[in-house]
Amino acid sequence: MGAGATVTKTGFDLNGMAVTAICILGALWALLAAGLGADAAMRAHAWVILAGFLAGLLILVGAYSKGGIDIDKREYNEAIIRYGVIVSMFWAIVGLLVGVVIAAQLAWPTVFQFDAFPQLNFGRLRPVHTSGVIFAFGGNVLIATSFYVVQRTSRVRLAGGVWPWFVFWGYQFFIVVAATGYLLGITQSKEYAEPEWYADIWLTLVWVAYLLVFLVTLARRKEPHIYVANWFYLAFIVTIALLHVVNNLSMPADWFGSRSYSAFAGVQDAMTQWWYGHNAVGFFLTAGFLGIMYYFIPKRAERPVYSYRLSIVHFWALIFIYIWAGPHHLHYTALPEWTQTLGMTFSIMLLMPSWGGMINGLMTLSGAWDKLRTDPVIRMLVVSVAFYGMATFEGPVMSIRAVNALSHYTDWTIGHVHSGALGWVGFISFGAIYCLVPWLWKRKSMFSRALIEWHFWLATLGILLYITAMWVSGIMQGLMWRAYNELGFLEYSFIETVEAMHPYYIIRVLGGLLYLAGALLMAWNVYKTIRGDVADAEEVAAVQSIQKPAE
Amino acid sequence: MAEHEKMPVDEISGVETTGHEWDGITELDNPLPRWWLWCFYASIIWAIGYMIFMPAIPAPPGFDGHTRGLRNHSERANVAVALADLEARRGPMFARLQEVVDEGGVMAVLDDGDLLNFTLAAGRSAFGDNCATCHGVGGGGFIGYPNLRDDDWIWGGAYDDIRHTIVAGIRWEEHPETRFSQMPAYGRDQLLSREEIHAVTDYVMTLSSLTVQAGADLALGAEIYQRECASCHMPDGRGDPSQGAPNLTNNIWLYGGSREQIRNSIHRGPYGVMPAWETRLPEPVITALAAYVYLLGGGETLQRQEAALDPETTVPNPGAEAD
Repeated sequence: MGAGATVTKTGFDLNGMAVTAICILGALWALLAAGLGADAAMRAHAWVILAGFLAGLLILVGAYSKGGIDIDKREYNEAIIRYGVIVSMFWAIVGLLVGVVIAAQLAWPTVFQFDAFPQLNFGRLRPVHTSGVIFAFGGNVLIATSFYVVQRTSRVRLAGGVWPWFVFWGYQFFIVVAATGYLLGITQSKEYAEPEWYADIWLTLVWVAYLLVFLVTLARRKEPHIYVANWFYLAFIVTIALLHVVNNLSMPADWFGSRSYSAFAGVQDAMTQWWYGHNAVGFFLTAGFLGIMYYFIPKRAERPVYSYRLSIVHFWALIFIYIWAGPHHLHYTALPEWTQTLGMTFSIMLLMPSWGGMINGLMTLSGAWDKLRTDPVIRMLVVSVAFYGMATFEGPVMSIRAVNALSHYTDWTIGHVHSGALGWVGFISFGAIYCLVPWLWKRKSMFSRALIEWHFWLATLGILLYITAMWVSGIMQGLMWRAYNELGFLEYSFIETVEAMHPYYIIRVLGGLLYLAGALLMAWNVYKTIRGDVADAEEVAAVQSIQKPAE
Repeated sequence: MAEHEKMPVDEISGVETTGHEWDGITELDNPLPRWWLWCFYASIIWAIGYMIFMPAIPAPPGFDGHTRGLRNHSERANVAVALADLEARRGPMFARLQEVVDEGGVMAVLDDGDLLNFTLAAGRSAFGDNCATCHGVGGGGFIGYPNLRDDDWIWGGAYDDIRHTIVAGIRWEEHPETRFSQMPAYGRDQLLSREEIHAVTDYVMTLSSLTVQAGADLALGAEIYQRECASCHMPDGRGDPSQGAPNLTNNIWLYGGSREQIRNSIHRGPYGVMPAWETRLPEPVITALAAYVYLLGGGETLQRQEAALDPETTVPNPGAEAD
């Protein structure tokens, strides 16, 4: 493309020095922790962290010995997005695989119990699964697509020189530190916020860099207005920063130790945790992925967004109302009743703002409904929005105290989460990656359209098996727990309710396996596309015009 | 902005766009869907109504409490009512059970159909949530956790014995009256040599008529048994419930009956623990639980205990008809 002439190198500038300094300081801390660590887990973990920082220094030496980071004001930074797509695919397989393993551990606890490897017991693998699919897979998809979308819709190259790369590699490092910590038994026991203080500080650093890269890129935009997808991405980045920092406020027991004490205690701690936990769902898994939806559905369907006004109203309503709904995770607990009322009423008011995104996503297809039949990627994106609508209806229903009395602590909750995670988050991410791979590697289309069809149907069947099994299991579990006989005694002991769930746990394993099989087909398809092989001559992906940013 | 500018119109829908474009994406200027807007308003109105009826608004800083709502709803009060209701339903029957057991002994429960049903339901419920984890749902036990359905009782199988075991636990040091006995760890603490342990293992196996390997030194085993074991397990091996020494002659083995398992028990001196339930369960529940365990199938009457001392007579199992 003859772009070589316009590429300049940054040289070892201040930014490069700052990142190098961060890596050297981190490596020094890790070295001290490896030697002087307060506990065995910390000393073991410190070697992993040291290796990470040394790897970072190697990458820096490699980059700066060749003159530094490429700067090309006429081209988008697509290299970082290509990296993002590949790691997203990798983490998807890892996260889903661990999910299948722990589902099998629940279904056959004696078979999948590895006495020789306590690192692989359910309690340690479970956060590897949740963090793996949410933060490793979902987070990388969000970072990659947000970097792609903000460049395209602002017509400007990603800002910050080395910093986007710092965000990318720093985030992978966070994931590895978090996951290895879980396996070593290091956790602060807050759901979806398990990593200990040192991993939290690192993520804060990475996230602030992410926010600045995104903001500066937006500020340099060559479009008069900010596109709606970017509102959602920005809301996601800002709110996650706030949630992460507040919920992880804690005092380390030792500056070279793996334990810390939360700044909050008792019911305040629980409330802070679920303010965080609920809005991790709201701003990470909803707002961020709505950003993906608002770019990739109109782009792929080649139709205008249905309603600009709806996008404004539902955006502001969503972010205002979501932040109050957290207390519905603590119904019938020590949480004061007025707080429970608050959580429940805001959850009910949240239904329509959530559905605004669904309406805008689905109605954008008006005039292009035939593509549901012809394009499996569009079908995936649209089914994803349908699952979004279902999960955001189910959520407010479950937040009603009377319903929650039955559903809470049961598998119904697990089913609800997975209809959102597998259906909405998974499918919108897969759809976006199916769009991105041909665009990024300049291919006419994906390697095989048939494989996309197989992926779609396998995964859809897997989701249906998973969520129906969990509905039946969860509602049965809730009913068994509350059943009294005519003499006034509980009808079932706890262990009898566990026994009754066994068949549904097996169905869940099957559903998870189907979903994983679909993702493996996708990984193969992506690999073949990147290599440049072509199986189906038929054109399914519209070739996106490569527009250069305006001078 | 005096006049409405003419915006480009989308050909397929015939709707105006907003005039902006990002990377080829445009936006239609459709109004908010009416049904969506009205549903949104309705949910807000409902939420306000709910907040009026239910506890919703906290007191300002410096003051305690919150609005109680028109319904004056309180979940704590609801729980208190529900518990009182449960107590009203079950209390009289628990009292009757205690009375009948105190006066006529546990077998008197069998004469009162209603009371028997109640006792079995109360016991089954308490057993399922507190005991089944170790003793199994049906009380069949596992290695290290005694079977409660058979006739073999380490600490005695009469109703009072069972009740005391539940109340005080076994080797539960926080309870002053806990059942306590300790078998020495003959191997680990090197009280006996390896050969001596093998010999006494073989001898103990012969007490339950198990086949021992050829060349077993039974004479040495018998000598050691009489010296080390007989004071608790009795010279004939029939055990002593008063000091928690299991019967070694009936081929019922708490820690397994293979040669290796028996040898291991002698080597390490098992020290099984059961919690004391006195402070964990209300007294009427403990009574029902003891009656339930007694009636599970293996409970001993006093006659049976006496008969057990005399191998010539047998007494039918009294609990068998109660299943």
